[in-house]
Amino acid sequence: MHEQFDLAKLIFGRLSWEAIPYHEPILIGTFIMVALGGLVGFALLTKFKLWGYLWKEWFTSIDHKKIGIMYMVLGLVMFLRGFADALMMRAQQAFSFGDSHGFLPPHHYDQVFTAHGVIMIFFVAMPFVTGLMNYVVPLQIGARDVAFPFLNNFSFWMTTAGAILVMASLFVGEFARTGWLAFPPLSGILASPDVGVDYYIWSLQVAGVGTLLSGVNLVVTIVKMRAPGMDLMKMPVFTWTALCTNILIVMAFPILTATLAMLGLDRLFDTHFFTNELGGNAMMYVNLIWIWGHPEVYILILPAFGIYSEVVATFCNKRLFGYTSMVYATVVIMVLSYLVWLHHFFTMGSGASVNSFFGITTMIISIPTGAKIFNWLFTMYKGRIRYELPMMWTVSFMITFIIGGMTGVMLAVPSADFVLHNSLFLIAHFHNVIIGGVLFGLFAGVNYWWPKMFGFKLDRKWGVYSFWLWSIGFWVAFTPPYILGFMGVTRRMSHFDDPSIHYLFQISLVGTLMIAAGIGCLIMQIIVSIMNRKALADVTGDPWNGRTLEWSTSSPPPDYNFAFTPVVHDNDSWADMKKNGYLRPLKDFVAIHMPKNTWAGPVIPGITFLMAFGIIWHMWLLVGVTFVAMLAVAIYHTFDYKRDFYIPADEVTRTEEERTRLLEAHV
Amino acid sequence: MIPKTLRRGMFLSPLLALLSGCNTVVMNPSGDIAKQEAQLIIVSVILMLLIIVPVMFLIIWFAYKYRASNKEAAYEPDWDHSTKLELVIWGAPLLIIIVLGLVTWISTHKLDPYRPLDRIAEGRPIPASAKPLVIQAVAMDWKWLFIYPEQGIATVNELVVPVDVPLRFKVSATSVMNAFYVPELAGMVYGMPGMEITLNAVQNKPVTSVGFSSNYSGAGYSDMRFGYRGVAQGDFDAWVQSAKAAGGGKLDRANYLTLEKPSIKEPVRRYAAVDDDLYYRILNRCVTDGVVCQDKMMNDDAKKAREMAVARYSPQQAATTRLAQANGEVCTTPNDSVKKK
Repeated sequence: MHEQFDLAKLIFGRLSWEAIPYHEPILIGTFIMVALGGLVGFALLTKFKLWGYLWKEWFTSIDHKKIGIMYMVLGLVMFLRGFADALMMRAQQAFSFGDSHGFLPPHHYDQVFTAHGVIMIFFVAMPFVTGLMNYVVPLQIGARDVAFPFLNNFSFWMTTAGAILVMASLFVGEFARTGWLAFPPLSGILASPDVGVDYYIWSLQVAGVGTLLSGVNLVVTIVKMRAPGMDLMKMPVFTWTALCTNILIVMAFPILTATLAMLGLDRLFDTHFFTNELGGNAMMYVNLIWIWGHPEVYILILPAFGIYSEVVATFCNKRLFGYTSMVYATVVIMVLSYLVWLHHFFTMGSGASVNSFFGITTMIISIPTGAKIFNWLFTMYKGRIRYELPMMWTVSFMITFIIGGMTGVMLAVPSADFVLHNSLFLIAHFHNVIIGGVLFGLFAGVNYWWPKMFGFKLDRKWGVYSFWLWSIGFWVAFTPPYILGFMGVTRRMSHFDDPSIHYLFQISLVGTLMIAAGIGCLIMQIIVSIMNRKALADVTGDPWNGRTLEWSTSSPPPDYNFAFTPVVHDNDSWADMKKNGYLRPLKDFVAIHMPKNTWAGPVIPGITFLMAFGIIWHMWLLVGVTFVAMLAVAIYHTFDYKRDFYIPADEVTRTEEERTRLLEAHV
Repeated sequence: MIPKTLRRGMFLSPLLALLSGCNTVVMNPSGDIAKQEAQLIIVSVILMLLIIVPVMFLIIWFAYKYRASNKEAAYEPDWDHSTKLELVIWGAPLLIIIVLGLVTWISTHKLDPYRPLDRIAEGRPIPASAKPLVIQAVAMDWKWLFIYPEQGIATVNELVVPVDVPLRFKVSATSVMNAFYVPELAGMVYGMPGMEITLNAVQNKPVTSVGFSSNYSGAGYSDMRFGYRGVAQGDFDAWVQSAKAAGGGKLDRANYLTLEKPSIKEPVRRYAAVDDDLYYRILNRCVTDGVVCQDKMMNDDAKKAREMAVARYSPQQAATTRLAQANGEVCTTPNDSVKKK
């Protein structure tokens, strides 16, 4: 037990030069690119003296709008990384047949597919969804910020710290080779002794704190901070889905944290929660991780459903059909999402009755989901549909998602799942619902709310290119896996023997390249729009003839969102206000109470990042120091009583008069 | 004369040709269980298409008809509720799910892998005399071990079964989770260390195919495949005899521990004999000398728990139990070599 005291080991743990993957040309190339990009960025920021601006206006900002945008920037950056992984996997599988073993050895390939899953779920979909909710929800309910503004900034930086840890594993050490849920015993210390799984555990633990706290924050915001008159059944549907999603986050993420903590204890301190020996039980991990994992799926898709609901109503120039049944459908899905987790492992030996129960509960979820589809459909009925980009994404979603829903119910029949489980059919299914459901929803949402965020619309031409490349590319990429599933081809293979299925993988690669072009067009769309922002400007604050409160304020909204808190009489409150001849208040502005920026928001997660890095590499000295520092800073921060200020009345008046002039100039 | 609509759809026909060129073994298997599972896929798809096809059609129709440029179409901006429609949109899926739920309940029980077979194939009930052939399948890093306890042989990466004989697989693993899957034969079940899942199935036609692990298990996963053959009963007996005669040696505990070391692309191997309790020891993780078998350890733990529970109510008992514990009689301490390999 008591080895010789070794200072180097205390400081550096298991970190050594060996951990730098200089023998992997792909990684070295990536590192050089990242380092060069980083240097250029650093130099530019320094040259234009932007560090102070970034720190004051963004990093320490507690404005929910800026935090929302930062979340989405994080999501976009990580999306490029996650997609690079996807491209590598598709390319590997398209070439690795027979004598050729492709360009990725299993050691590398297995990290790539694990990282792809982890990044796309935790660091792309989650930040995007959280970012949109952060931005839109307070505006939709007529609030000036979220309930706990400091916590909001802190949550963002915790998520970012987790993302940076995942990225660090590229260049220092390696990532897990276990699949994105890291089932033990494979993720246990015996089968995976290296740092990969530790990176996995601790990046998710750090990011998980952020996700959980932002969940708490948004639940309280929605429950406590709605504008007068907005009772629950007058909330916009997006806010409803955000409420349900955040309740799911608050209830599900602690399970993930506890599960990963136990796995971490198994690895660090030789406990036996999930090991093969001494009463450990790996099935317990599988159950626990899916008790979190299935609600997680709905955490992602519910806000997307909310986006479609807003978009459909706005672009059909019509009230949403069946608002009440839409709300109940959302709540039913939220509750049922806790009763289906076992459908992820019908094949792990539960009895027939257990399997039937979970199969049938899964199918029942398709009823409220189907009702939602019908509600959107009948909103289009007798509407005046304007095919702006958000609406195009919505129609494409409806068509794509129905197929994904159908294959999902097929997988929910346990006896059918026995032949489809772990096959490429399953892969095609969940990409069908996550790309066709969540991602298309996020694209619709970004196109829809972009003018609100930045004051100008996104360019239509490049958006349309991106739309078609994604919508078609998706099917080119994922029809072959559906077929391959029926041929008994399983997931996570790095090499194939059977040459007769080669062409299907090549077709799939072509589809992936189309999607890559779609991403390229998306980036072009953003660049072109920024360059043409004068021509695309939205001066009215209501470019789409919107129906909810966020469109009643200017684009982008002032720091305080609303000069006077709006009063709500109907759902679709902004449409109702417009119909009843609402007049913007022009005078008698008063000072507005606002929260102040925080330095602790980025600093505490920064220290946490170092601590997690120390735990991963067993640098116990660093862990001790950072742990004490983290507590000390957190306690010191609590003595900071000057956390609020007033925007003076004349400044509010100036801002509002500015807007009045702008509106008059563009009547 | 081909109707116009059909002619328009004909550009899709190369796609169909492409599909028919595929060997979709999951949909055309030669084992009765897999066949029923494939039929279930078709039934569930048809049930769902009942609602999906009309909805697809409506989406495209409404999306086209109510476009903003079509001023002819009706426009009712405040129409947002219809009780009748609400009943339909909740009711129609509900009906379909009720039917599908029934199908699910029945099929899940009928095709439960634990359930002994009641038929060889459609219309061929199992004769009372038939006894299932037991095969113990063990997923190892990264190869498959098959033990035929009744025949007294074992193979690595080769599975041969007699046609039209009920098969009973006992599936387990040595170190990590894998899944045992032969698409021709039946759906997969997991092989997990220290646990056992039973899979009942039957092969109806002679066939040469493959089986594999269908759950990712580490570096050698892609090559964790084995040859699978269904042969006539006579050929099966001959194969067993040849395995016995070939002199592959005996798979005893020592040989097993050598075999257990991780290896990739292990060639086919046949053992002429097997230790009788080898599978029991694999399952209970006590192949290594001096390690307590898990079932015994759990029994001891349960006994200890019982005695502790009793002791809570009677102080004298408590004293005896504590004494016994101090002497190490109640609790069996496992060998430390298991913990740190």
